[in-house]
Amino acid sequence: MGKYLIRRFIQLVVVSFVISVLVFMLVHLLPGDPTTQILGANDTAANRAILLKQLGLNLPLWHQYTIWLNAAFHGNLGTSYLNHESVTHILATGAPVSIELIVISQVIAFAVAIPLALVVSRKPNRWLDNVSTTSTFGLLALPPFVVAPILVAVFAVGLGWFPATGYTPFTQAPLTNIHEMILPSVAITAGSIAVYFRLLRSDLISTLQQDFITMARSKGLSNVRIMWRHAFRPSSFSMLAAAGINIGSLIAGTFVVELLFAMPGLGYALVGAVEQRDYLVVQGLSLVIAIAFVIIQFIIDFIFTIVDPRVVRE
Amino acid sequence: MPDDRELLDTNASGRLLANRIPGTAATDEAILAIEETTPADDLLSKRPLGFLFWFAVCFVGLILLSAILANLLPLQNPNFQNYTALNQGPSGAHLLGTDDLGRDLLSRLIFGSRVSLIVGFSGVAIGLIIGGTAGLVSGYRGGRLDVALNAVSFIILAFPAIVAVIAIVTFWGASLLHITIILGVATIPLMYRVIRASSLSFAQRDFVVAAKTMGATDTRIVLREILPNVIPVTVTFSLITVAGLIVIEGTLAFLGLSVALPTPSWGNLINEGSSNDLLSINPYIMLWPALAMFLLLWSINIIGDRLRQRFDIREGLL
Repeated sequence: MGKYLIRRFIQLVVVSFVISVLVFMLVHLLPGDPTTQILGANDTAANRAILLKQLGLNLPLWHQYTIWLNAAFHGNLGTSYLNHESVTHILATGAPVSIELIVISQVIAFAVAIPLALVVSRKPNRWLDNVSTTSTFGLLALPPFVVAPILVAVFAVGLGWFPATGYTPFTQAPLTNIHEMILPSVAITAGSIAVYFRLLRSDLISTLQQDFITMARSKGLSNVRIMWRHAFRPSSFSMLAAAGINIGSLIAGTFVVELLFAMPGLGYALVGAVEQRDYLVVQGLSLVIAIAFVIIQFIIDFIFTIVDPRVVRE
Repeated sequence: MPDDRELLDTNASGRLLANRIPGTAATDEAILAIEETTPADDLLSKRPLGFLFWFAVCFVGLILLSAILANLLPLQNPNFQNYTALNQGPSGAHLLGTDDLGRDLLSRLIFGSRVSLIVGFSGVAIGLIIGGTAGLVSGYRGGRLDVALNAVSFIILAFPAIVAVIAIVTFWGASLLHITIILGVATIPLMYRVIRASSLSFAQRDFVVAAKTMGATDTRIVLREILPNVIPVTVTFSLITVAGLIVIEGTLAFLGLSVALPTPSWGNLINEGSSNDLLSINPYIMLWPALAMFLLLWSINIIGDRLRQRFDIREGLL
């Protein structure tokens, strides 16, 4: 197990390194050099020379990269051109919102998908199974940018059950916070429910045909006990793996709902920065979100080795 | 992953026949008859693709046709603003109604579909041509190149696509061409991995060994022996990827990072229509593109899934 984790860790470091290089190179994709964009109307030779020196752009590329990376390691990802807010500060205020959205949506997804799959897989191809399998196909076709406006139209504008916009930190008013979180979390959860349900259902069906389940049945164990204690764990691996891969589309989902519901999360900050051409903020946020994504996948792999020791031997 | 539904269906039809004909001999015969059906028979006769599949095919066909023929159809200019007909509901003159600037919603919907379709299909085409070719060769040949390409594809796939795309679009500029290229390039490692895995599994099979023994060249083996067998997986996976790219483009457009207004795309139409005052005044602006997007994605997924089931009968792949 140690060997496997070390190999995965080396992979993590390599991927993070590549990400950092690419994100760093992004700024150099700009037409001309960044000074053109920053200076705008003040674009004179003298101003440009000062700015080049300030930004360290007169140094060779690899040197610029090491300076940038060193600063990033010390928590300095640059500051916004517009309001002089540091990227670290934007991260500190935005991340809790996005993380809360993702966590709540995943809790909803598991709470719906797991019980449904457990019930349905015992009697496959009955009406309940057919109905849920078909309707999860519909859920797969409901990306957040399609379902979120409809939810707002029906439950916020139409029925007025939930607020259409706004965010209150959990620490200030927990109940208001949860109330505001429900619509956006539900909006990004549709795809997850469909994926988890389908994977768990098909794995459960094949697990239930195995000998140790027949054994458990013949011992006279109750159905509930068989499903939860015997069948669930060995059937949950594909679902867990999918949860890891799913984080990518969830991040995209949070961007959409944060914009629509005006919630000050990372996506809101990122999209705002893109619109304002606030390049350093885009660069810093992309770096952190991408690396966080890679680390989360690493952690999920680590959990995997505990739940299913067989992966290590592959 | 074993496809349980197929397995269950076979069992179920076996049981069904057994119940209909009491008496063991006939039952055994019936079950044997099922087991003896050849793959070719399966492909032609067993498991019709079903009503939903054909409905989905028709819908995708309709969307494709109207997008291609949009200029010939009797539609208003999608950007023409008729100030005497603001926020109208569906009517004879405007089948789907008009928006807050009096633009015809049907026309905007049809012209907007072009963006999604171009990005989805061209993006996958780029991924297929580059990633598919690489995967085909790399899976068949193996060796150092295979190891290297495999590692690179792993690293690229470790990126969260949406963040990478947003970052690149910011620095490079959002245009239809740029977005298609970026998403196409992002598709390369996906296509590479799937087609490589499939190609690898066929490279060891008897008919490939036989072709080799008869002195066939590598090019011939790849093109004549492996390629035809890889096609089912490729088609199925490509369809699902088209849906995926359409979602990413729609997300970008919703965030205002794709093709800029007033050029309509389904994503930016949904975004336009979901600003708070418009949602209560005229929900149709958001509703039509959302509905169209849902039906298109659902149709592509259904077609992909039914084809997967159909091909699985033959090869048991994926």
